Amino acid sequence: MIVAEKKPIEEIIECLKDRKSVLVLGCNECVTVCEAGGKKEVGVLASALRMHSLNQGQEVRIDEVTLERQCDHEYLEEIRDVIDQYDAVVSLACGVGVQFMAETYGQTEILPGVNTCFMGATEKRGLWTERCQGCGQCVLAVTGGICPVARCAKRLFNGPCGGSTSGKCEISKEVDCAWQLIVDRLKALGRLDEFENLFPIKDWSTDRAGGPRKVVREDVQQ
Amino acid sequence: MQYPPSINIVRVPCTGKVDVLHILRAFEKGADGVCVIGCLEGECHFNKGNIMARRRVVQAQSVLDTVGIGGQRAQMFNLSSSEAPQFVKYAQEITAKIKEMGPNPIKLAKSRAA
Repeated sequence: MIVAEKKPIEEIIECLKDRKSVLVLGCNECVTVCEAGGKKEVGVLASALRMHSLNQGQEVRIDEVTLERQCDHEYLEEIRDVIDQYDAVVSLACGVGVQFMAETYGQTEILPGVNTCFMGATEKRGLWTERCQGCGQCVLAVTGGICPVARCAKRLFNGPCGGSTSGKCEISKEVDCAWQLIVDRLKALGRLDEFENLFPIKDWSTDRAGGPRKVVREDVQQ
Repeated sequence: MQYPPSINIVRVPCTGKVDVLHILRAFEKGADGVCVIGCLEGECHFNKGNIMARRRVVQAQSVLDTVGIGGQRAQMFNLSSSEAPQFVKYAQEITAKIKEMGPNPIKLAKSRAA
């Protein structure tokens, strides 16, 4: 899932200066799981914004809505009838949702309420770590299910560098060496002999390095 | 035993039921202080409801500090249900603290605007 973090409330308050009517818009998917932009976080942020504006002696309308997600047109349509009532929308969805909202409702200011971080998983409650960088050419079959693009600091494809020490990456003692993990995993799978196979030069054109990307499926288009 | 009359008691089956939003909305509506009183740590009948409540009170304090209401207005105390004198002591303590801090700034701002 996409992992995001709440923006500091002070930053959002600063963006909303002089707005009289604000909608705090949450998302029920990834940002709910990483406890950054779901219904609960919408409630807390809206309450904080209300208290701040009341404390300034201002009458600001702060409403709360949480959509199923903000990356599909059908869900964004749910607020079409009400969006014109607001000077600004603080979207707690990931960067995708904020942008899709802005494209759909171009006449309304859409502001981000979270910082989108990476594609990752919940290791335990309160700890989310990166696992995928969307390189577009998945090699997990070869590396025993551990991604050298997302988890190796140098994105190496043919074994560890000289900085790998006691299973840790040279950039930090807290970061596992991805290639140590790969070797251990291949050993556990009885496939360590495959480690010797050379990986050909990767085609990075499907990575973000090749420019903004799209996926087209003509067989399902209407 | 008597405790200050300015305290309005809201009973819950366990402080674990108290949500961050309950605390924040009380201040939105003009409460001068919110005090969560739960069982002694390690003695929660529902295992760790009081532990979760403390974390929520801390989160509420942080939000209240950020918006200028004052995080010290929200407090949590732990006691056993048989410790009535302790309850009176905490009630007097929180009342004195809130009196010292003054009324909820939102009430003052509203009366200035009116």
